[in-house]
Amino acid sequence: MLAQVEVSLTPTWYLVLAAMIFAIGAVGLLIRRNPLVMFMCVELMLNAVTLTFVSFSRALDDVGGQVFVFFVLVVAAAEVVVGLALVVAIMRRRQGADADDLSLMRG
Amino acid sequence: MRVEMFTFLLAGLICLGGALGVVLFRNTVHNALSLVATLFGVAVLFIAQEAYFLAAVQVIVYAGAIVILFLFVIMLLGVDRADQMGVDPIVGQRTAAVVFGVAILGLSLVALLSGPEVVTGTPATTAALSSDIPDVNQIGEALFTDYVFAFEITAVLLTIAVVGAVVLARRSDGPVIDEDEFDGTALDALALEEPSDVGDPDQDTADGADPGSGADETDPDDLEEASR
Repeated sequence: MLAQVEVSLTPTWYLVLAAMIFAIGAVGLLIRRNPLVMFMCVELMLNAVTLTFVSFSRALDDVGGQVFVFFVLVVAAAEVVVGLALVVAIMRRRQGADADDLSLMRG
Repeated sequence: MRVEMFTFLLAGLICLGGALGVVLFRNTVHNALSLVATLFGVAVLFIAQEAYFLAAVQVIVYAGAIVILFLFVIMLLGVDRADQMGVDPIVGQRTAAVVFGVAILGLSLVALLSGPEVVTGTPATTAALSSDIPDVNQIGEALFTDYVFAFEITAVLLTIAVVGAVVLARRSDGPVIDEDEFDGTALDALALEEPSDVGDPDQDTADGADPGSGADETDPDDLEEASR
């Protein structure tokens, strides 16, 4: 049946999938309270963007997109390291870890 | 082409299922494992698009380092209890978040699917992807010629991140900032590392009176002292 219809796999398929993953990550970032899960949702959004970069890199025949994915990976690693260190420091000082509990800077 | 489509559909299903698992599971460990599924699916899609180096890096860095780091923190702090999904701190915030997500997705799909030709822009003339040379060579050449300054900045960023993480996660000897909200629950997390020291008041005073002893041994006791 697939052979008769002959659906070709264009870059649009990848871009639509990346948009779906990005939307799921954005919703998760907004509705979850646990900082660790919020970080995971940020990782989801970053992965959606890297998938978009690779799709465009292949569609436009440009290696720059893949180089940019490399940089995104490095920045994501640095972000997770600092973010998790922050979570550890906060959990050491107080019992709750929910984002709503962190109201120290509220006036 | 049929194999490619099958691969895409399977990997896409794994990606979407993992993403939904990250958002919907209550247990934090399950969230982290769902994230692994998504990262693996994205790596498969990278391979399907002939980005072999990035697929390897994706598995090594993300699944091998970042998710393990998540799991370490989850186990270390004991925060694998269920999230409180029932309470809604800001009224209507969850509804607004879902509407926002659907709006983002809708806008993206309209932008992607409305026109006949989706991928616009001119193909590269300087750094074209050629199928003759391996992609590692091409990425490396671009990285160390055109993008060498960004590469150096990346090294600085990683150094700063490591130093910052060490400074943030280090135990300080000062008093606890949020003394009023500190009821000793966090000490239980610390007690996992040194089960014998915590909960012994005599040991507390002995350690507290001796400032010269190592910070690592005395610190949980200092925290408990400051909370009184």
